[in-house]
Amino acid sequence: MGNLKDKYCIVGIGESDLGQLSHLTTISADLIASKNALNDAGLNAKEVDGVIAMSPQGEDLSVLSLHLGELLGMTPLNFSADLNIGGATPVAMAYHAAMAMEAGLCRAVLCVSGRVRRAQENPSVEAEEDEFDAPYGMFGDTAYYAMAARRHMNRYNTTSRHLGLIAVAERAHALLNPIATMKEPMTIEVHQGSQLVVEPLRLLDCCSASDGAGAFIVVPRNRAKDLKHPPVYIMGIGESHPHCGILDSASLTTTGAKVSGEKALRMAGISLSDVDVAEIDDCVTYVVLVQLEDYGFCKKGEAGAFLESEGIEVNRAKIPVNTHGGLLSCANVPGVLHLTEAVKQVRGGCGERQVSDAEIALVGGNGGILSTHVSIILRK
Amino acid sequence: MMKDLSKPLPRPTPESKPFWEGCKNHQLLLQRCKGCGDVRFPPNAVCPSCTSPEFEWIPSTGKGEVWSHVVFHQPYHPAFERLIPYGVAIVELEEGVRMVTNIVGCPPEDIRVGMQVEVVFDDVSAEISLPKFKPVRETGPSSPQVSSGSTG
Repeated sequence: MGNLKDKYCIVGIGESDLGQLSHLTTISADLIASKNALNDAGLNAKEVDGVIAMSPQGEDLSVLSLHLGELLGMTPLNFSADLNIGGATPVAMAYHAAMAMEAGLCRAVLCVSGRVRRAQENPSVEAEEDEFDAPYGMFGDTAYYAMAARRHMNRYNTTSRHLGLIAVAERAHALLNPIATMKEPMTIEVHQGSQLVVEPLRLLDCCSASDGAGAFIVVPRNRAKDLKHPPVYIMGIGESHPHCGILDSASLTTTGAKVSGEKALRMAGISLSDVDVAEIDDCVTYVVLVQLEDYGFCKKGEAGAFLESEGIEVNRAKIPVNTHGGLLSCANVPGVLHLTEAVKQVRGGCGERQVSDAEIALVGGNGGILSTHVSIILRK
Repeated sequence: MMKDLSKPLPRPTPESKPFWEGCKNHQLLLQRCKGCGDVRFPPNAVCPSCTSPEFEWIPSTGKGEVWSHVVFHQPYHPAFERLIPYGVAIVELEEGVRMVTNIVGCPPEDIRVGMQVEVVFDDVSAEISLPKFKPVRETGPSSPQVSSGSTG
């Protein structure tokens, strides 16, 4: 199959409303985001013959990709795939689409991911009880991320304040982003005063529950030329999945971002210093901190000092991170809004949160507990 | 609706039944593969390393160190609400396997990464004893515990 560099483009992006969407279902939010992506591209549904979709955690939407394709009027599809590698899935969809087209299976692919929680769901109660976790009071992903953060803190003197600097910067971005849901300004004092959830993580280190969907359309370069927006090229991709269960992890202070990032940069033929903006998974603040080190924006163990000196805030930092506000402050919709934001940044026109002269964006997806990792590099 | 105040207990599977029976006898048993010698946890019908279905149960030394630890300040389960704040740790045993557990005989704020611990059993029901861990103070109470921070 060879090198995919610059052969496929993202030509349309779309989002549903974000926030508490009790009037919608996951499928309806997915449909709205998909329609918006088609409109943004200037494509009609019949011109798209592939769909990749992700069924949200805890909601088994069987054959979701075909279901959405049918509702959108795309059937018969030439390619249909339900993909799940956790929170990294939406980023991976972009190059799964490219691979399907490279193999000649289809000519345009809609990628969509969304989640609308059902009313009776209580996110603080985990229904699943593991035989070797629950008897000890160990519940939920946050606790495992807290275990990872603890090891970093222990080894490198990383502090809760360092994590807070990430939450504060992302909130500042959310205030500049019209679609972001979290609009209460946050200072580091507010973060440090927020209640501990699973120590060392505080409430403002974690995502709140929100609903919504995002979608994008990938086509071959030659199909991208005469569409509504200038194409955004997929320059490089990389995957690295270091473990499945955290108990088997070789390290909680170095993640798959290191290798997935190196692979993506190699394919793109660029160095990290060429990247203008990074949209990377932030299901808790610690994930951003460790990825800053693993990608090489700072040295291993020095993210705390990096955040204190340079930071990640747009108009201040050399490398602005999560300019939409991320999962923490834009909306907790798995991964896909990092990618739509990256497309917006390299297209330009993001207003006050626009990274000046942004040409190359790095998007990082993380799933499980630092288990799956994918990187993709986009350019205008 | 009444709150369920009983803590969740393990429901042994065919694979884990010997492990829990060992705990009931206050023995921490681990599976050792007869094909490649790999020691594994949690219990599994075949060896993840070599897929051999042949294994034996060996007693663990019960000694290890705290690999990481957290403190729950929010209730995720009604039975644990009254225990907040409570600590949960991952202990790495000398045999190389890791397990989620509680550290007893030590307040949560005193738990440290790298702390040396050994197994104790908490008889929580007639059928179930949970392996938990307590700090080992080999060097006397005056020597402070130094966190090892071994690998990432």
